[in-house]
Amino acid sequence: MAKKISGPSYGLLEPGDLSVTSRRRFLQGGGAGLLMGFVWLRNGKAWAAGEEPSLKVIGGGDNNGGNTFQGFQPGGFIRIAGDGKITFIIPNTEMGQGIYTGESMLIAEELEVGLDQITVIPAPPNEQLYQQPILKSQATGGSTSIRGAWIPLRQAGAAARTMLVAAAAARWGVPAGECTAERAVVKHGPTGRTLGYGELVDDASKQTVPADIVLKDPKDFKLVGKPAKRIDTPSKVNGSALYGIDVRLPGMKIAAVEVCPVVDGKLKDVDTRPARAVPGVVDVVKLDNAVAVIGDHFWAARQGLAALDINWDNGSKENVSTQRIVEDLKTASEVGKPVMGRTVGDVAAGFRNAAKTVEAVYQLPFLAHATMEPINTTVHVRPDACEIWVGTQAPTAVQKAAADLTGLPVEKVIVNNYMIGGGFGRRLIADSIVQAVNIAKQVSYPVKVIWTREQDIKHDLFRPAYYDHIKAGLGADGMPTVFTDRVTGGSVLGSYLPKGLPEGVLDTDAIEGAAETPYDFPATQVDWVRKDPPIKVNWWRGVGPTHNVFVVESFIDEMAQAAGKDPVEYRRALLGKNPRALAVLNLAAEKAGWGEKLPDRTGRGISLHDSFGSYLAVVLETSVSPAGEVKLRRITAAVDCGININPNSVKAQVEGGFVFGLSAALYNGITLANGQVEQNNFNDYRQIRINEIPPFEVHIVASGENPGGLGESGTVSAAPSLGNAIFAATGVRLRTLPFDREELRQKGSDGSVLSMVAPVGLAVAGLASSDGAKTSSDPARPDLSLSSEMV
Amino acid sequence: MISLKINGQSHDVDVPGDMPLLWVLRDVVGLTGTKFGCGIAQCGACTVHIDGKPVRSCVMNVSAVGDRPITTVEAVGETPAGKKVQEAWLDLEVVQCGYCQSGQVMSATALLTRNPRPSDADIDAAMAGNICRCGTYPRIRAAIKKAAEV
Amino acid sequence: MKRWGLALLAVIVILIVAVGAFLFIPHRLEEVSAPQGMPTGQALVQRGEYLARAADCVACHTAPGGKQYAGGLPFKLPVGTIYAPNITPDKRSGIGDWSDAEFVRAMHHGVGKNGEDLYPAFPYASYALMTTEDALAVKAYLFTLAPVQADTPANTLKFPFDQRRLMRFWKLLFLPGHRFQPDNGKSPDVNRGAYLVEALAHCGECHTPRNFMYGLDNAHKFAGAVTEGWKAYNITSSKTAGLGDWSDQQVADYLSTGHADKRGSAAGNMGEAVSLSLRHLTPDDIRSMVAYLRTIPSQGTATTESAVDLDPPALKASTPYSPTPDELQDASLGLQIFQSACASCHAWNGEGLQSPHAALIGSQTANDPEGTNLIQVILRGAKLETNQGTIAMPAFGKAYSDAEIAAVSNYVIAHFGNKKPAITPEDVAKARAF
Ligand code: FES
Ligand code: FES
Repeated sequence: MAKKISGPSYGLLEPGDLSVTSRRRFLQGGGAGLLMGFVWLRNGKAWAAGEEPSLKVIGGGDNNGGNTFQGFQPGGFIRIAGDGKITFIIPNTEMGQGIYTGESMLIAEELEVGLDQITVIPAPPNEQLYQQPILKSQATGGSTSIRGAWIPLRQAGAAARTMLVAAAAARWGVPAGECTAERAVVKHGPTGRTLGYGELVDDASKQTVPADIVLKDPKDFKLVGKPAKRIDTPSKVNGSALYGIDVRLPGMKIAAVEVCPVVDGKLKDVDTRPARAVPGVVDVVKLDNAVAVIGDHFWAARQGLAALDINWDNGSKENVSTQRIVEDLKTASEVGKPVMGRTVGDVAAGFRNAAKTVEAVYQLPFLAHATMEPINTTVHVRPDACEIWVGTQAPTAVQKAAADLTGLPVEKVIVNNYMIGGGFGRRLIADSIVQAVNIAKQVSYPVKVIWTREQDIKHDLFRPAYYDHIKAGLGADGMPTVFTDRVTGGSVLGSYLPKGLPEGVLDTDAIEGAAETPYDFPATQVDWVRKDPPIKVNWWRGVGPTHNVFVVESFIDEMAQAAGKDPVEYRRALLGKNPRALAVLNLAAEKAGWGEKLPDRTGRGISLHDSFGSYLAVVLETSVSPAGEVKLRRITAAVDCGININPNSVKAQVEGGFVFGLSAALYNGITLANGQVEQNNFNDYRQIRINEIPPFEVHIVASGENPGGLGESGTVSAAPSLGNAIFAATGVRLRTLPFDREELRQKGSDGSVLSMVAPVGLAVAGLASSDGAKTSSDPARPDLSLSSEMV
Repeated sequence: MISLKINGQSHDVDVPGDMPLLWVLRDVVGLTGTKFGCGIAQCGACTVHIDGKPVRSCVMNVSAVGDRPITTVEAVGETPAGKKVQEAWLDLEVVQCGYCQSGQVMSATALLTRNPRPSDADIDAAMAGNICRCGTYPRIRAAIKKAAEV
Repeated sequence: MKRWGLALLAVIVILIVAVGAFLFIPHRLEEVSAPQGMPTGQALVQRGEYLARAADCVACHTAPGGKQYAGGLPFKLPVGTIYAPNITPDKRSGIGDWSDAEFVRAMHHGVGKNGEDLYPAFPYASYALMTTEDALAVKAYLFTLAPVQADTPANTLKFPFDQRRLMRFWKLLFLPGHRFQPDNGKSPDVNRGAYLVEALAHCGECHTPRNFMYGLDNAHKFAGAVTEGWKAYNITSSKTAGLGDWSDQQVADYLSTGHADKRGSAAGNMGEAVSLSLRHLTPDDIRSMVAYLRTIPSQGTATTESAVDLDPPALKASTPYSPTPDELQDASLGLQIFQSACASCHAWNGEGLQSPHAALIGSQTANDPEGTNLIQVILRGAKLETNQGTIAMPAFGKAYSDAEIAAVSNYVIAHFGNKKPAITPEDVAKARAF
């Protein structure tokens, strides 16, 4: 049974607030039901500003879209040419999450075409057409893409199909009801006549846009919910995929930059002659805070830069250090004025009635994004226009930044958006575009600015450091009577909003994942002390939940420990009102063999959260060698993300997100000394590698709920499940990230312990041979394996 | 002028001898499938084959290549192992952002060329030098095993 | 009795006066004049530049990230820190108003412009052997540098080490009172090499062990020593510990490129010496240095006997891309780290992949069971400037734990050196402290 759906739509919403509550409200309440993309037809615009040249460039100048496009163009997402070629214009940026495929599936499902029949191109900057309904700006982030696209993209496909079918029916003079569409062909059932979509483009263009769009019943889905091959994969295994860094243009030169190593420092002066003497160097360009050397190739540019002896004006932040920042966070947490986040029930009574209180301080570091593709931007500033080639999560922000810098009207700024070699939030910010435009303004040719990995890490905008004081009262039964969390850290939203976030106003991101947990606490209070660090901060994969869920989920284990209960059992008891969370918890625990015995110094850790509209439970099993080395043995995840569009991508996102989070949990933290970032490259900003990753299972819970976001959920789960597993294995509770493995070393262990580590690849085989070893060797701790046998 | 044999074609390039092969490939020859990730041989994104053997082109002076043939990701599919690897990568949907995958494919192909039936430990030894920030490791392992079966 | 007492008093007074005189009589400033036939003008400056490189002045007189020759490099000693001074010709903060005589006195006698005694971190015990002509050439070169205004930080030595005059006792014991004396019984090549090795390159300052007074223990000349956590290896003719088994070509390559086939690569201070100094020397001078080194009698090493294994079994059983099957099966922590962060350059069979400098076969560092330099190079990385470009190894100290670095060090020494090391995390922690 088909039913009419109205829901959130793209376009025409008030830009501005990115708050979580408004996101939630929006999702729950639904939008006005405007059909995005059809705005354009109704307005009668020929094409959107800036769209034509972008599409032309990206589509290689063929008949894909833009103002030269001839054919059926029902809105911003779909182009069908007379030769039958179908092009989807995908509103979100592909940065690995599979969104080109996921969003194409939504359109294709209703348009009745196969994924093999389409090509995709990225949307040009155009807030009117491509504004993301949850973020309320044309951006990709916060695991919002599928949630925002779920209804509008299907509506776009359905409307276009309706018009094509109506055109065919009119041509044949038959009722549209007798016609069906499949694989880009309309068929008249009774006579068996067929017309391809390409043959119908002119007639379809004359059809009126249907007022009510009827969407398929999910049980009739042909594509959605079935594993689909990603459409970008073939180009990514044969080297033909083009990322921003791969742009090559006639006359293009390549720049290397050196930015003042001290935060907010400036360029004092530099003798540019040594660089100019390097063969292949074309120009040396000075910026306010940097020097760029431009060469025929990146090597010449880098060599030129290395030849320079640059004098910096270090400015006022020469003494910035993480040590000081952390001390300031602690002080702010203790004496600062909090902004209330969420309060429920009688907190004071909760503590009065508690038989026991548990409290702890958790600390999290600054984090770099370290996307695999280092930052790069290509810009050509001409007298009449500015053209940019870049992979960005926020194309309109790029366009606006360049317009401001060049004084050109926005429609004269052409943004060619590319696939990104990893976004993770880094490419929401236009800082590198600003820099590249400032360089390009000083030369006549197109210039590609590439940051070395060292620059990419040192001059990233980091995930803030946090200092969180968390506390709970437990009743005589060990169950919570009250739960409070004081989060202290900088405001990402404040750093992102053009005018900042006023003091005293809540940044909901700071408490997301703590204010609302899956659990049912009689009383809760979560507040936030704002303490902005002296460096810029930014969104980082998993945003608020990555930070808060680590604290909350670690602490839930501490509460269970204080109550003498098994961590899974304890959580179950708190999930009475949350069946979806309970279901993933149970599934993960069951599939992971929760409660089964493990060898000495080996343990399982669980984490559970609902973030971005999805529910995820992960059980991580790890052993800790006497030398303190953490060896992951097995990862078992259970996810409920509502209706899942492409199970392949769902699993990939859980796996990849979790692995990404593991690098942070084990190894990553940005530190500053003397106003300079101390990390450089993958040698000291270490990444987890294939030989550390154990078998990984992802189980999907079937669900008919609206799709949730999933790009970040796995990342959120990593640190808490690992911290809990380490505790189960060793009895040591690590509350500071990244986990300090030195604290896990059994003291007095000599060099010989260093070879006692179980091989990772054989971890599962190793499980079988563990005979009767107890989970815990520490008599002071309750034997978790016993209580969990009741499971 | 340095003469290079790349993917079966010869290229004369006018570059300094200490220029890393990576930048010669990307910026001079125009083969951008080989990626820049770290420049210090820590990530493997720049892996190419010289004489069929994997090398990190970001730290390989172009003058050290000599007349040995270079294969990049653009042409590795023409080798039997490369073809199998690419097919397995597609079958198991290994790729996410894809930026590391040129290097992963090159390292995996080299592994299968010298060892058609790699164990988990062999995979670790051959692939641990390739970083994937998107975390595609479980699938890389599975895809190598799959490629080894066919 | 009384007379005896007076006599004793007299002796004491005389001693005090003598010591006082020794400590307090100002240093003489000998006139110097340019010897006959000394080049002038640009030729002098060029010669001075070559000699300044051979003497590696820039290594100590440049702070990390600072301007060349502008000083500021700290020498952290147990008793405090000494800073190398600015030797650019800046009149106030550098040596711009030093006379020739003052400069030569500093080089030969370790005395500063104002007559103060200099600390022997400045290797004047070696430079004392330098000819006056060469010292003047070095000065001529230094005076062509752009003056840099950079005040040298004040030393922070504890009492009594802050008393510069005490260095006079040290000099009495350890400062040669003469310039280099050629040995007429040796070839001109060997003599030239001796002058380069002893006077200019001051090799002994690192390679000769020191006695308890920080003086060079020349009874064990070139037998190897540890300075600031790095081992300067035995460079005597010892076949097990020194260069006895090296070919002339290997020694020459090592000096001029920082690497010799099957002998590993230079890192730490030696890497710096190659980068800044030795690679700029003429092939003739390098050959002379080799010739002189060949004349150094064999000495057992003062540190560890750790004969280099040139053919370790594990290398034979490995390929460039995989270790031995046993090691693979074992999958030790050390192996796991090596395969993650090291193998891409070093290769398991010891041959080195992208650059021969990464070859570990025959490397003394990989053969030293104490792992002194190995730990340091892993912690701090290495950077070598060669005439064919920069060769670098990143520093892993910040991201890897003591246990991990101990494990990978043990693995490397067992695999590439065929030794049984027992490096502990505590050893790594100690090495970090430098
Ligand atoms: S770019 Fe060469 S290994 Fe990372
Ligand atoms: S797929 Fe993105 S880095 Fe590997």
